[in-house]
Amino acid sequence: MQTTKVRIKVADYDSLPERAGQAVTINGQTIVLFRISTGDVKAVENRSPHRKGGTLADALVSGNFIYCPVYDLKISLEDGKVQAPDTGEVKTYQVEVFGNEVHITI
Amino acid sequence: MKKKLVMIGNGMAGVRTIEELLKLQPDGFEITIFGNEPHPNYNRIMLSTVLQGDKSIEDIIMNDWDWYKSNDIQLFAGEEVVEIDKEKKQVISEQGRKVDYDELIIATGSSSFILPVPGSDKKGVVGFRDIHDCEMMIKDSRQYKKAAVIGGGLLGLEAARGLLNLGMEVDVVHLMPHLMERQLDGTASGMLKKELENQGMNFLLEKQTAEILGDERVTGLRFTDGTEIRADLVVMAVGIRPNVQLAKDSGIYVNRGIVVNDYMETDVQNIYAVGECAEHREIVYGLVAPLYEQGKVLAANLAGIPTNPYEGTICGTQLKVSGCDLFSAGEIGDDEGTKSIKVHNEFDGIYKKIVIRDNRIAGIVLYGDTKDSNRLFRMLTKREDISGMTSVSILEASGCCGGGEAGDVAAMADDELVCGCNGVTKGTIVEAIRTNELTTVDEVGGCTNAGRSCGRCKSLISDILAYTLGDQYDTTAKKAGICGCTTLSKDEVVAEIREKGLTNVREVMNVLGWSQEEGCSKCRPAINYYLGMVHYDGYKDERDSRLVNEKMHANIQKDGTYSVVPRMYGGVTTAADLKKIAEVAEKYDVPLVKLTGGQRIGLFGVNKEDLPAMWEDLGMPSGYAYGKTLRTVKTCVGEKFCRFGTQDSMGLGIELEKKFERLDTPHKVKMGVSACPRNCAESGIKDIGFVGVDGGWEIYIGGNGGTDLRAADLLDTVKTKEEALEITGAYLQYYRETAAYLERTAPWLERMGLDHVKEVLADENMRKQLNERLDKTLERYNEPWNEAISDRAIKEKYYQVRSVSVE
Ligand SMILES: Cc1cc2nc3c(=O)[nH]c(=O)nc-3n(C[C@H](O)[C@H](O)[C@H](O)COP(=O)(O)OP(=O)(O)OC[C@H]3O[C@@H](n4cnc5c(N)ncnc54)[C@H](O)[C@@H]3O)c2cc1C
Ligand code: SF4
Ligand code: FES
Repeated sequence: MQTTKVRIKVADYDSLPERAGQAVTINGQTIVLFRISTGDVKAVENRSPHRKGGTLADALVSGNFIYCPVYDLKISLEDGKVQAPDTGEVKTYQVEVFGNEVHITI
Repeated sequence: MKKKLVMIGNGMAGVRTIEELLKLQPDGFEITIFGNEPHPNYNRIMLSTVLQGDKSIEDIIMNDWDWYKSNDIQLFAGEEVVEIDKEKKQVISEQGRKVDYDELIIATGSSSFILPVPGSDKKGVVGFRDIHDCEMMIKDSRQYKKAAVIGGGLLGLEAARGLLNLGMEVDVVHLMPHLMERQLDGTASGMLKKELENQGMNFLLEKQTAEILGDERVTGLRFTDGTEIRADLVVMAVGIRPNVQLAKDSGIYVNRGIVVNDYMETDVQNIYAVGECAEHREIVYGLVAPLYEQGKVLAANLAGIPTNPYEGTICGTQLKVSGCDLFSAGEIGDDEGTKSIKVHNEFDGIYKKIVIRDNRIAGIVLYGDTKDSNRLFRMLTKREDISGMTSVSILEASGCCGGGEAGDVAAMADDELVCGCNGVTKGTIVEAIRTNELTTVDEVGGCTNAGRSCGRCKSLISDILAYTLGDQYDTTAKKAGICGCTTLSKDEVVAEIREKGLTNVREVMNVLGWSQEEGCSKCRPAINYYLGMVHYDGYKDERDSRLVNEKMHANIQKDGTYSVVPRMYGGVTTAADLKKIAEVAEKYDVPLVKLTGGQRIGLFGVNKEDLPAMWEDLGMPSGYAYGKTLRTVKTCVGEKFCRFGTQDSMGLGIELEKKFERLDTPHKVKMGVSACPRNCAESGIKDIGFVGVDGGWEIYIGGNGGTDLRAADLLDTVKTKEEALEITGAYLQYYRETAAYLERTAPWLERMGLDHVKEVLADENMRKQLNERLDKTLERYNEPWNEAISDRAIKEKYYQVRSVSVE
């Protein structure tokens, strides 16, 4: 179990597909990286905030938002918040890009 | 130490009170809620809409389980409180759970009043109050035909409309000579009755139920005049009765409801009541608007914040049945002290009556045109003096030059209530529109709650949008586009693509001024489809604009696994293929192997990373069990083996499937081929179905076996297989070119008209052109599984899950 936050390298930047999710398993926990059209990389937990659960890796990406593939919730990649009229929140992670290395803090 | 707040009843008024309290004092209390129903708080009002089929139970949940969790509220759902010990300040549940309180709210609502006539305990007798009642009715409607609704009031009529929608025959039994006699006068009630009769309801007025007939289950009703009717389902909608027994047993003062003062306090210290179970100044309310006002006062009282007392509410009523636009409030009858303005336009079916007492509006009845209801209702509640007004200006909105509603909105004060149900003022709405750049009524609801209960205020919210946004609104929000990103309709989008020669999704959104630059989950797949349809000659499909199943070429399940369904043309397979499927299922430890409804074998519960390898091992093409495309062609064995068969159904089926597989269509397409009218392949409920007859094939179109069951219509009878294929091609292409994305053939055919489609397909030249465009389109497709196996880029982008480990 981790108790303190750590920063780890999770992928090479140029291997990330544009406007699509890339799932990464870190010690059994799956996080999805999204390289959005501005070039930024965002990371969220691979779990739909819908009360029935589901995954987010294959979401449709639009700008800074994704649409949950199963329940169509619109989720901000900035803060993980589900957009009105739906509610909920998905966990987001801090992403940093150093050269070609993508790091996240968990 | 936080104070302990316990609430009995997890319904609309109670939970709203808690919401108000959390706003005033987020950390003031440790909150526990008991609710008899096994659900989180839902919008009870919308049960009518659920019964009528417009919304699902899911849609009407207002506070989901997460809401309770994130607000640290302990919820015991499906647990009834059976005792309040006011000495020990403790409540006890049926399970024997004891919870202490410092403050206790009773919000137990009411129950359907069940007439105490013999037989009222039989199976098939229900009230109309909660999700359970609603589910019972929906279930019974599948099995039984005849329903009787006792009670011709609001609830009864909404229930009756729902049962009609569920395909039942409905008798409405009413004690009085007029429907909704408490809200409508004779004229309006007569108009309502006529409209509902046109919709298919049958009325039995001035009938008093004496007995419910039947053994275990109801079979009919007997009335006091000795007459009887048959009924397999009886809905009691004769009124409601406040749930007060618990309070009474605990020694709290109860009259008709639990008696409270202007601060919602009962006669026992630290115990409050709110909602339909409470009686305030001798009135027990049955609509949410007053209950929400009570909740606000109670929340302030609990938070220790000074508040105005609750002084009672005048309520307005409307009926949630389409085609019956009505509104009623206040006094509806006349006496010596009243004068009324009446307008009755029989031709347009409009009736308005304004009852005036002492120069003030005392009552309103509107039928057929309720657009002035908010304005009139405001004049009534604010007790505006109307002595200076002419009857015309009372009836029609004020303001010169036909300013109409928008002018009226301008004249409204900021603190005036727009949404009575949710207590939202004009000022709040205007501010939300400005600060959050809202453009639709739904967005306003998302932000402020306005319009999210009964919906009556939606037209006024729309007027406020128009007034706040000015021209912007008229041109943007009123017209509904294909999604929230645009105001353009499907036809306009397609026309623009053709005219401007737009060739990719991004360009369409850009050139046509999409409000959300990269579109949304509704428009992106639709535009991708329209582009592919228009540029049939070589459009490059945009995979990332497709939704998950089509993007992945597999069906996602809710746990994130996928299913694999290989193509099996016409449902015909071989021992060798079956062996292969079995081996793959074993090798990848597939949790479920199942025959699908379309005569295929499905492997369910597959991990995404395993997909390409499994496809490779199978070596079979994708069955497209996930796509908006040709799914399957179901066939019977036909003349090859069946003694009734007159045609080669498997042969035609396989040929159809091979020809049209992979084709993008507006929605999924299913086919069926049977070799005789016994129709073992169910050709009558397919998008296109074939039935073998002596010397040829009958072709049926527009059938649907899904949610909206529809029998297919006979299109034509042809002699040969070639003709069958030619007509199918033309039909599919015509559907592809004229349907909206996500429109199935059944509603499409109803919209276009069978005769029109017949006419188009009877034209030989037309058929030829349609087939040419279709054949060109078909040249475009590659087998997607094979592509994923052989293209590393695709494999990496869509099917890999990386793994990183940290110590
Ligand atoms: C079909 C239908 C249509 C309607 N249409 C409209 C409309 O158009 N406009 C409008 O304003 N209103 C409408 N209403 C009325 C509105 O829904 C009610 O006024 C409102 O729900 C009352 O809220 P409440 O919290 O007092 O009671 P409820 O919402 O009934 O909540 C009370 C809850 O307490 C629970 N409970 C009772 N006793 C106990 C106990 N001992 N222990 C634990 N839990 C208990 C009950 O199970 C219930 O869930 C409609 C109602 C129905 C049924
Ligand atoms: S549809 Fe007719 S021919 Fe085909 S299997 Fe059934 S009975 Fe035999
Ligand atoms: S008035 Fe009922 S939702 Fe607004």
